[in-house]
Amino acid sequence: MFGLDKKDTSKLIIVACLALLAPFILNPFPTDSALAQFNAGYPDLMQRFVIFGIFAIGFNILFGLTGYLSFGHAAFLGVGSYSAVWMFKLIGMNVIPAIVLSVIVAGLFALLIGFVSLRRSGIYFSILTLAFAQMSFNLAYSVLTPITNGETGLQLTLEDPRILGVSATTDGSIPVTNLFGLEMRSTFEMAVGPWAFQFNAGYYLCALIMLAAFYLSIRIFRSPFGMMLRAVKSNQQRMNYTGLNTRPYTLAAFVISGMYAGLAGGLMASMDPLAGAERMQWTASGEVVLMTILGGAGTLIGPVLGAGFIKYFENIFSKINDNVLHTWFSFLPDGMEDAVVFIIHPFIGKGWHLTLGILFMLVVIFLPGGLVEGGQRIKGWLSRRKAKGSNTSGETNPAE
Amino acid sequence: MDAILLQILNGLDKGSAYALIALGLTLIFGTLGVVNFAHGALFMIGAFCAVTLQRILNLSFELVDETQKDFLGNPLKVKTPYVEAWFGPDIGGSIIDWAVPLAILFAIPIMIGVGYVMERGLIKHFYKRPHADQILVTFGLAIVLQEVVKYFYGANPIQTPAPDALNGVVNLGAAIGMDIVYPVWRVVYFFFAVLIIGGIFSFLQFTTFGMVVRAGMADRETVGLLGINIDRRFTIMFGIAAAVAGLAGVMYTPINSPNYHMGMDFLVLSFVVVVVGGMGSLPGAVLAGFLLGVLESFASMNEVKSLLPGIDQIIIYVVAIIILLTRPRGLMGRKGVMEE
Amino acid sequence: MSNFNASRRRVLKTGAIAGAGVALPTIFTASSAAAFTNEPTGGTVTLGFNVPQTGPYADEGADELRAYELAVEHLNGGGDGGMMNTFSSKALQGNGILGKKVEYVTGDTQTKSDAARASAKSMIEKDGAVMITGGSSSGVAIAVQGLCQEAGVIFMAGLTHSNDTTGKDKKANGFRHFFNGYMSGAALAPVLKNLYGTDRVAYHLTADYTWGWTQEESIAAATEALGWQTVNKVRTPLAATDFSSYIAPVLNSGADVLVLNHYGGNMVNSLTNAVQFGLREKVVNGKNFEIVVPLYSRLMAKGAGENVKGIHGSTNWHWTLQDEGSMAFVKSFGTKYGFPPSQAAHTCYVQTLLYADAVERAGSFNPCAVAESLEGFEFDGMGNGPTLYRAEDHQCFKDVLVVRGKENPTSEFDLLEVVEVTPRAQVEYAPDHPMFAGGNLGACNPGA
Repeated sequence: MFGLDKKDTSKLIIVACLALLAPFILNPFPTDSALAQFNAGYPDLMQRFVIFGIFAIGFNILFGLTGYLSFGHAAFLGVGSYSAVWMFKLIGMNVIPAIVLSVIVAGLFALLIGFVSLRRSGIYFSILTLAFAQMSFNLAYSVLTPITNGETGLQLTLEDPRILGVSATTDGSIPVTNLFGLEMRSTFEMAVGPWAFQFNAGYYLCALIMLAAFYLSIRIFRSPFGMMLRAVKSNQQRMNYTGLNTRPYTLAAFVISGMYAGLAGGLMASMDPLAGAERMQWTASGEVVLMTILGGAGTLIGPVLGAGFIKYFENIFSKINDNVLHTWFSFLPDGMEDAVVFIIHPFIGKGWHLTLGILFMLVVIFLPGGLVEGGQRIKGWLSRRKAKGSNTSGETNPAE
Repeated sequence: MDAILLQILNGLDKGSAYALIALGLTLIFGTLGVVNFAHGALFMIGAFCAVTLQRILNLSFELVDETQKDFLGNPLKVKTPYVEAWFGPDIGGSIIDWAVPLAILFAIPIMIGVGYVMERGLIKHFYKRPHADQILVTFGLAIVLQEVVKYFYGANPIQTPAPDALNGVVNLGAAIGMDIVYPVWRVVYFFFAVLIIGGIFSFLQFTTFGMVVRAGMADRETVGLLGINIDRRFTIMFGIAAAVAGLAGVMYTPINSPNYHMGMDFLVLSFVVVVVGGMGSLPGAVLAGFLLGVLESFASMNEVKSLLPGIDQIIIYVVAIIILLTRPRGLMGRKGVMEE
Repeated sequence: MSNFNASRRRVLKTGAIAGAGVALPTIFTASSAAAFTNEPTGGTVTLGFNVPQTGPYADEGADELRAYELAVEHLNGGGDGGMMNTFSSKALQGNGILGKKVEYVTGDTQTKSDAARASAKSMIEKDGAVMITGGSSSGVAIAVQGLCQEAGVIFMAGLTHSNDTTGKDKKANGFRHFFNGYMSGAALAPVLKNLYGTDRVAYHLTADYTWGWTQEESIAAATEALGWQTVNKVRTPLAATDFSSYIAPVLNSGADVLVLNHYGGNMVNSLTNAVQFGLREKVVNGKNFEIVVPLYSRLMAKGAGENVKGIHGSTNWHWTLQDEGSMAFVKSFGTKYGFPPSQAAHTCYVQTLLYADAVERAGSFNPCAVAESLEGFEFDGMGNGPTLYRAEDHQCFKDVLVVRGKENPTSEFDLLEVVEVTPRAQVEYAPDHPMFAGGNLGACNPGA
């Protein structure tokens, strides 16, 4: 289907199902139960899952295929966000021109940085990209404030021209982002028994674009171009000896992955029209590296998993506080309750970084292939058990 | 002229911190081939060794003084450090005053221990893994270490002053008839850094141990075939690198009050320094450290800033880009190291 | 599949959905039955406390959180009531807000606009928070204020000192109790004049971002009005840790006052560095060299240790104040946590009470009704003397404190002493003052 082989088709279908049914999957607990804290099915977080998924998929095209470790990818995301917000300020609130412009601008920026940085390889390449990204961040925060609005971040105001739209709505508010009239923030809420599921227009737009991005990345992975990039990874020297100039291929991969990042940035601004400089900081670049490696670099689905993993911790664990813990463990006797809360306390709320750090280490130590390998092991274990189970039942009948 | 000399001093001072951290980082990379993202955390732990010693020396017993009131109107509990009670207020007081220099002795065994445990317990298992995995696991470790420190010491900077005797300023230009006033502690820091760097180089250059380590850096396999337990020596080198970072941190505390994320602040910078110096080159790291320090200081001069606004924000990165584009492997890098 | 034995809200919601059959464009999670975003329908109301829990301001955030928990306790009738007893408005009964028990959710801003907005959004979309409050930097406050305006909830700013929060970035749904850069300048200037005279040459070091710039502008304007000269204004990178290369040029610049427009870690380091370079012992133009830190925070002053002694600055509130309200607050905070509250804790506590009181007086949680009852509200007994929430820009006008680093602290909390309480009249300004111009409050947005 779609020019994919059976295995890839099933992967695409799985991702499609996960993405489209996310409001159900991510909201497993009834709204009023104590475990509702772990529900992630609200529009903002779901949008973040898929947007960072796109970012990581794009990063993986560069890193997973060519092995070039860019430490400055956040710069493209930031540039994409700024372009999108400027479109909202100058042109109008439709998301299409904003997203298109952010992809183009990020692509051009990637072309420039890639052209220079790809003259070096290995860690020298990483540091060059890092240097460009940090320069963008520092300048955006200070000297370039007229364009970026510095620390505060670029926001919409009531005075923006918006030549194809209105500066302010009739009731005196800033107009909201939309897709030909469909407001990105409009949410349809469905209550089923004690559950409440939220279906958000913006999320579904992001999810559809993510599926397209995922499909494109499968095609790139399976194309002759993808093969060429893999060859660069395994032995660039040999490639050069055969008389091939690998630079155009790696540059193309760099630009494509920069455009993915720009797309993610544009979507982010479309969902929430604000662009902050810290999106370009090295920590943000590091985050996408972590997402990709954590999920499984070079695999198709890994980066998406890694993105979800990190964003889940950032948004869910940081919100658990002692108060919440006490409600969870209120069934325990008083002394026990306090003891349990005391033990868990360092790992939640303000300690969510600690939990994340420990999990990074555990995943890398025990699952060298990232979360994807974890999934494969579970699958293998299940199928082995199944095989074993059928064996035993075949050999001996339980004595009943 | 004065201003330029002053900025050179500032640059050398900044450079010494960069050089010390980068030296340890290169040492670990050169010997073990590991990209250690937790190196900044080691610097931070060193700084907190000084804080901890200061706290230990300030451990106090409390006496209730009925004549004074605390902020809630209860009788004030007056604290007296045990050290002062044991040695008398004079000697005790000066012991507390000299907490930071004393912390050097305190930090060396701790840092070597931390380094040893880190290498044997974690890094050892990652020699054969890709650099990306090393980065991820050491980055995770760095987060864990800094969060642990935050849990015990809070997020605010903690004041750790230099001894009173070393707190003033000194006129360095008096001998040449110029007026160059400079803080004493910064001068101390510079000479301390030179001492440590000199110590490491002579250790590697003039001792048998150092010779073996250098041989191992050049060709680990052959040295191993000669029946030398190179792994063990490398472990010790890891401990030494950790100690260098830690001491850089200890001595840095009076210059800037330490906080839990100071390691991360230095991490990116020290990587830039190492790479500009050239991967695997110890002299390169030191040279790059001082070079970037001095250039950074010049860039923050008002004359330069009025010419190129914002240059002080990006000078490090501009220099890194220029050097890496003109010299493919940094200042003194070896071919084939970390180029895949 | 659908279970209709649910609460009234759910039934209404389900009914509306069944009736419409298609996705109704509603805002955030508000059901079409509600009059405004997150209208509380049960026996509880949820407030969102969005403070930095990681990053450089984590300790300040932790103190804010303590203050919020205390405020919630007092609102629900627990503890000794704190400032509720001294507050001039007596609408609060200690039975929650409008009889609904106050619950809260917490989040981490990380002192990044993006993360702060994500956290605030999850409070609004997932937890049904009807008011968001907190924060420890102006960038975050402005970003979250913008979000709350769009979402249709009230934002009660925490610690934010930039003129822009109630200047060019003011919003109808956002309210600030904390003072600002202009007020710092207006309060400091007369004190500086008395101490250092009118013939001074100032050198500014400024953190290179919007808050730093607005403060630099305010302080320079206020001191120049005294007759001071400004010899140089130097911007320092936010990420800078070693300020030696910025301090060194001060030595030979001919300046005799150094103004440090820095906050947090920047302030600690630049002040420490300045003292290290012996600036305080210097004599320039026949006068003692002086350092001024316009925005003081006790938590940060602690990081600078000995170096703050004798250095002047301004602050929003300090726990040594002897008025009734401050004493009541210090007592209940100190009893609960064992140490006195910071100015951040004070402003957050007061903001929570002010919000609750406004709801009581309005008789509704509707943001527009709340905003209306806060606008032009005059109150007293909250620690800063008679205070006005000005309707034009949602800025509080109250006394400002000028403080000095204490020479002989009696405890680790006793770092600052109040030099002067600058009366409110002296720090007031017109809503269209040039430093605050260019913004537009817009119309209040109830969402839904």
